[in-house]
Amino acid sequence: MPETQTMIPRATPLIPRKKAILIGAAGGIGAQVARRLAREGYVLALLDRSEEMLKTLCAEINQAHGESRAIFYIHDVTAYDQVTGLFRKIVADLGGLDLFVYVAGAIYFPAIDEFNFAEDYKMVEVNLLGAMAWMSQVAPVFQSMRGGQIVGVSSVAGDRGRVSNPGYNTSKAGFTCYLEALRNRLTRHGVNVLTIKPGMVKTEILNLPNAPKPVLAVTPDQAADGIWNAIKKRKQVAYISGLWRWVMLALTHTPSVIFRRLSF
Amino acid sequence: MTILYSLIPTPFTMKTFNNTFTTLDNFGHSMRAPSYRLRPKTPDEIYEAFQLARKSGLTVTLRGAGRSYNDAALNGGGIVLDLSAMNRIVEWDAATGFVCCEAGVTLEQLWHKVLPDGWWPPVVSGTMATTLGGCLGANIHGKNNFRMGTIGEHVTEFTALLPTGAQVTCSPSLNADLFYSMISGLGMLGVITMVRLKMKKVESGLLEVHAWPTRTIEEHLNSLLEGAPNYDYIVGWLDTITVGHGQIHAANYVHDDPDPAKMQVRYQTLPDRLFGVMPKSLLHYFMTPFVNDLGWWGINNAKYIASLRRHTFRQSHAAFHFLLDYVPDWELSSGRAGLIQYQSFVPKETALQAWTTILARTKKFGLPSYLGVTKRHRPDNFLLTHAVDGFSLALDFKVRRREEMSKMLQEFDQIILEAGGRFYFAKNSETTPKTALAFLGEETVSKFKKLKKRTDPDGLLESDLYRRVFG
Repeated sequence: MPETQTMIPRATPLIPRKKAILIGAAGGIGAQVARRLAREGYVLALLDRSEEMLKTLCAEINQAHGESRAIFYIHDVTAYDQVTGLFRKIVADLGGLDLFVYVAGAIYFPAIDEFNFAEDYKMVEVNLLGAMAWMSQVAPVFQSMRGGQIVGVSSVAGDRGRVSNPGYNTSKAGFTCYLEALRNRLTRHGVNVLTIKPGMVKTEILNLPNAPKPVLAVTPDQAADGIWNAIKKRKQVAYISGLWRWVMLALTHTPSVIFRRLSF
Repeated sequence: MTILYSLIPTPFTMKTFNNTFTTLDNFGHSMRAPSYRLRPKTPDEIYEAFQLARKSGLTVTLRGAGRSYNDAALNGGGIVLDLSAMNRIVEWDAATGFVCCEAGVTLEQLWHKVLPDGWWPPVVSGTMATTLGGCLGANIHGKNNFRMGTIGEHVTEFTALLPTGAQVTCSPSLNADLFYSMISGLGMLGVITMVRLKMKKVESGLLEVHAWPTRTIEEHLNSLLEGAPNYDYIVGWLDTITVGHGQIHAANYVHDDPDPAKMQVRYQTLPDRLFGVMPKSLLHYFMTPFVNDLGWWGINNAKYIASLRRHTFRQSHAAFHFLLDYVPDWELSSGRAGLIQYQSFVPKETALQAWTTILARTKKFGLPSYLGVTKRHRPDNFLLTHAVDGFSLALDFKVRRREEMSKMLQEFDQIILEAGGRFYFAKNSETTPKTALAFLGEETVSKFKKLKKRTDPDGLLESDLYRRVFG
């Protein structure tokens, strides 16, 4: 914990505190999930690249609850070799861990017919390898504790490879598959692994060049509500909003002979 | 490829850490903390663990049998040194009664060793599972506190390993400041590795117990006060639901029954079956349905009616002292949230008023305590002492309606502080830094912190309790 922050108060039997790590907490869905978890009584370790945004968010959360509920750490998920030490330190600072949420993500919308390996590489690093680096630390800890919940915010984009964004589809498909494998490994040890598949969320990414027009889009606040409900119910896979489940059911069952002729 | 290499944990990390991560809890099962649990067998291995902690930026907490009701032996996310493997009785002299043993030796091991030779530990806790290291860290008392003081007063010498790597020997005359602060120091100054203490000579394996009822709290406290000088042990049970009812058990050593057979461990051992049939390890399941307001009201009244008969009987040492071991895992009967204990030590002049107020508050909140135990105490010289010239009342609460209960206990703290009372760090889990500062005094706290700076300059030793109360 950086020196300037105050310690997270320790839990007592009468004031129990659930502890969560949130990666990619500074903006968009992450910040809303952080606010929501704090409101539900969690103490939080917030990780992201932007110190300024984290500082503001932490100050806001701590002020709203009148005590130190959140501490932040500056971290880039592609700095894989920092993960082991940082994770150990965060668990010690929080005094344990009940929930791990990976929200960090990168997206680039290529123009049609554009192939951009540099961007694809970045997306795989942030969306998949960063998550794997963190979860391979979290999983054994939860396994030996025989409890806890791992939440990965993947995407409906991972359900099918589409014309518009092969790199993003691949990174999210990989992440979804990794989470499924993790679930199969950990359920027997009492750990719940939750895959969140948001559809479109109205964050700044929809303002990027070549971004698609919003379809069935929800606000970050609604997304955070959906994520919290899924966490509370210890679901395994949750679409946000629920309508996307049926959309994706249709899409995943569309035969390739048709799908490869579609233009989205 | 560099990415992949950096992800592979080194063999050292894998062996020392990932395999030892486990969730530990406290005696009341009301707190849980995941930590790296290491079980050193020698002082060298303890030092290795300190080096490991330094390298990885973690803190270290000491743990014996984990019989504290709070977070004294918990360290969420840090290293917990489980010292129960260091449990050799190194030297036992049946002629003089001096025993020298490692800190992981339990009271059970100790009395098994010394009783057949006609000795008994001078001070024991309500359970025999506690280790000597833990007993010294909390500076435990027994039902004879008014006569024999705390366990620390019977230690003639101990050896401790400090986080700096220094090994120190302490006694009331040698390193006296460390002696009087490490005993009662909650394991925050260093690791006591070897203890030398004096046993108490007994002539029989039996105690003569006198039991009589009390009708009001006032009568109860007077019984403790006036009874204490006439007995070797005295303890009271207070019905905290129908406030006022109670019973006193007072015991004397027996001098006229020197039957060596009764000093054998076999005679003393608590039966493991009820009525010779039902295994007692199952008993706590049958208790669970009664652990509620109505059930305990019934149990308390039945117990009081049974206690109305004033009587005298003879009981083995183990049966008299180790009531908490009588029903194995009794603490599980409180349900999943566990139980907490609130023990206050109040001077004899103010005790009646303070506790009458407290018990009235439990009624007002509708959160009665299910078990109240009273004892008679006298002060001692240890730095973080909990004792006063007066009485203690330990209240067990089942954890429920957390917010109200928390508010109630904060009110209790205020009442006890106003009455000039003190608290015990092996029991209370809700003591705030403000309360601790108020009853210990600023001078004591700063002295303790100064000593800690000296023995543990890097601040390696920290427990959840320490962070909560002194952090």
